[in-house]
Amino acid sequence: MNCKPDMIGETGLHFFGKMSATNCHDIKNALAIINENIGLLQDFILMSEKGMAIDQERLKTLAEKVVKQVWRADGFVKNMSRFAHSIDEPVVNVDLNEILELVKMLSSRFVSMRGVTLKPEPSMNPVMVTTNPFLLENLVWLCLDFAMEVAGSGKTVGLITEETKDGARIRFTHIEGLKEASTDMFPTEQAKALLKTLNGELTPDAGAGELALILPRDIGS
Amino acid sequence: MRLLLVDDEVELVSTLAERLSFRGIDADWVASGEEALKKAETETYDLAVLDVKMPRISGIKLKGMLEAKYPDMKFIFMTGHGSEDDFRTGSSKAYYLVKPINIEALISKINEVLKK
Repeated sequence: MNCKPDMIGETGLHFFGKMSATNCHDIKNALAIINENIGLLQDFILMSEKGMAIDQERLKTLAEKVVKQVWRADGFVKNMSRFAHSIDEPVVNVDLNEILELVKMLSSRFVSMRGVTLKPEPSMNPVMVTTNPFLLENLVWLCLDFAMEVAGSGKTVGLITEETKDGARIRFTHIEGLKEASTDMFPTEQAKALLKTLNGELTPDAGAGELALILPRDIGS
Repeated sequence: MRLLLVDDEVELVSTLAERLSFRGIDADWVASGEEALKKAETETYDLAVLDVKMPRISGIKLKGMLEAKYPDMKFIFMTGHGSEDDFRTGSSKAYYLVKPINIEALISKINEVLKK
């Protein structure tokens, strides 16, 4: 069998796997904390059965901690669900603020592992484009990953969404090391393939330390 | 026996340390590799229980750093990835625990590792 590699498909699958794995990891951490808090509660019950006095405030705090982790896990599941459903329709009208927020939430552990802080500055109004939401999420992640790598640990990367005359753009700002970054580092072949499919364009401004992802108002236009 | 628990999930390590203390195990906890290195300079630990994925200094890297300074220290990894089955192959199977942690399994693994 001779199959031609499908770069968009492979990149998408890799992205989906990466985000699923990191969110599973976060859900596991929330479950692990719930497990320890319930275990501590069981320890207290055993102590109480042996006649030791239990601090009621401690029990209240434990219950609150469990509830907090349940909602934390629920947040990860909700994000994963939204992410999974972004494959439902190949072309829809989406708000760039929402896409950016979802990618930020999905990749929060990677952001934390890199020691980078993200500073979103969403537009006050929705920034709507008609596009392929999953492929856009993938491209936004590749841009963000590159911006974080170049910015380096301890730095803040700004995320700005705004309308343009013909569509919209996402600006990745405060990328201090952009001037020094090799031009063949980004866009990668994968990012180029996604840009082509989305009719998008990437414009780096090394002097300003900015990378702009420019998108048409309608992918078909 | 003296233990150092290291995980960036503060609620997890602090509660685990308290539960271990109820079982007669003296365990300190910290939330990063940097804090672990500092703590190990002032205290003596027989064993460190390390989360694999932590910001800046991963558990694997931290093990190497601690091992270089304290050759007698033993290690157990905690991971939020995969399942126990993923670690059942190879010689390092005794050193991994998958979250959520069963405290009795952790104590059994601690005893097993310290006996080696």
